[in-house]
Amino acid sequence: MKEIQFDTIREAVAKLCIDANCLLGDDVVQAFKDGLAVEESPAGKDILNQLLDNEQIARKEMMPICQDTGWAVVWVKMGSGVRVQGGELYDAIQQGVAKGYTDGYLRKSIVEDPLRRKNTGNNTPAIIYADIVPGDGLEITVQPKGGGSENMSEVKMLSAADGAEGIKKFVVDRVARSKANPCPPVIIGVGIGGTFEKCAMLAKHSLLREIGSVHPDPFYAAMEKELLERVNKLGIGPQGLGGRVTALAVFIEAFPCHIATMPCAVNINCHAARHQSITL
Amino acid sequence: MAKKITAPFTAETVKDLRAGDSVLISGTIYTGRDLAHKRLTDSLKAGEKLPFDLDGAVIYYVGPSPAKPGKVIGSAGPTTSYRMDAYSPLLMEKGLRGMIGKGNRTQPVLDAMKQHGAVYFAAVGGAAALIARTIKAAKVIAYDDLGPEAVRELKVEDFPAIVINDMYGGDLYEQGVAKYKKD
Repeated sequence: MKEIQFDTIREAVAKLCIDANCLLGDDVVQAFKDGLAVEESPAGKDILNQLLDNEQIARKEMMPICQDTGWAVVWVKMGSGVRVQGGELYDAIQQGVAKGYTDGYLRKSIVEDPLRRKNTGNNTPAIIYADIVPGDGLEITVQPKGGGSENMSEVKMLSAADGAEGIKKFVVDRVARSKANPCPPVIIGVGIGGTFEKCAMLAKHSLLREIGSVHPDPFYAAMEKELLERVNKLGIGPQGLGGRVTALAVFIEAFPCHIATMPCAVNINCHAARHQSITL
Repeated sequence: MAKKITAPFTAETVKDLRAGDSVLISGTIYTGRDLAHKRLTDSLKAGEKLPFDLDGAVIYYVGPSPAKPGKVIGSAGPTTSYRMDAYSPLLMEKGLRGMIGKGNRTQPVLDAMKQHGAVYFAAVGGAAALIARTIKAAKVIAYDDLGPEAVRELKVEDFPAIVINDMYGGDLYEQGVAKYKKD
């Protein structure tokens, strides 16, 4: 049994919230630079340069890359050999999010009820997805997820008859209809299979992948490549002003499926793919 | 070459702007998003006084992150504009001349812009720390209970934006995509 203290978890989560919101991953910065090399639109190039400048300012000042510091989506892999001492795991995470969003001057964007909409004041609750895995590590990932890109996301219950082309058409069409709204250049998370809600989770989880990584299954690696090319033909470009760089990456996660269904979920992420992890 | 313009806008300022113009805005602008827009238009319909003068006003759709000690404002990039579409025509009817946000507007908003002489700009979404540097003062003037959604009066200096929709029907989003789309 490995004991991990409640306070340790709380402090770690607080730091992850701040780091994830202020420090953009190297892979995203590289993707902006790669985009600059291929972008033909002058406005598009200007925007990519502004995003690179913004990343530097945010890092230097430890201020949010984007004012929408989003939902705190928290992924946990808890080893079966781990025991939390001094309190409950979920409480430690919630307190950590409240602390991080307060101490880090992050925006409080969560309301307690979807219709009555009173702000909770500390960006809780976090949304926690926890898996119990072998071992004695506690891996925590905080993935801030903003509202604008969420609003452009969608689940569709396709059938096997729709095939791969049905999936591809849905993904490309979803990006086309989104236009400038989700802050292109976007990162596109695609879930295929599972139940209605599992499919959406796959899509969100896929957004944690490093830009430039290749899907381990060559079948889906090829589909990711084709989708990226098709999306970048839409001409939407950075901030939707027209250009070649509409998306930086497409990530697919597939899962077993019911014989009568083929669900597909598209979770759009803006260019600020934010996530930080720690293993305690 | 970016045009330097001053907010609040005169009618002449709006007449001179065309879709695709890069601008640097200086002067006073007001923040407002979903809930503030509802309150503002409810007040207008009830004949109540608004927290600021709408005549020539420019509204920036933003919910900034909190200011760190010694700073005027937190990160302050635009939020997506279509959510304010239901409210914008009435505000333009009563004098609003500029809107800054991101994402396309629906036809009733575009029609109201033509009818009343107003312009819609995009600021760069996600360049929120960069944009914050152009905000020199920020003060909550209404709806403090809304936290990030409160109405703030901002003093800006060379705030960068690009004209998406002018008052003549020009649309930069349409023009841009048409130019770079490949079949």
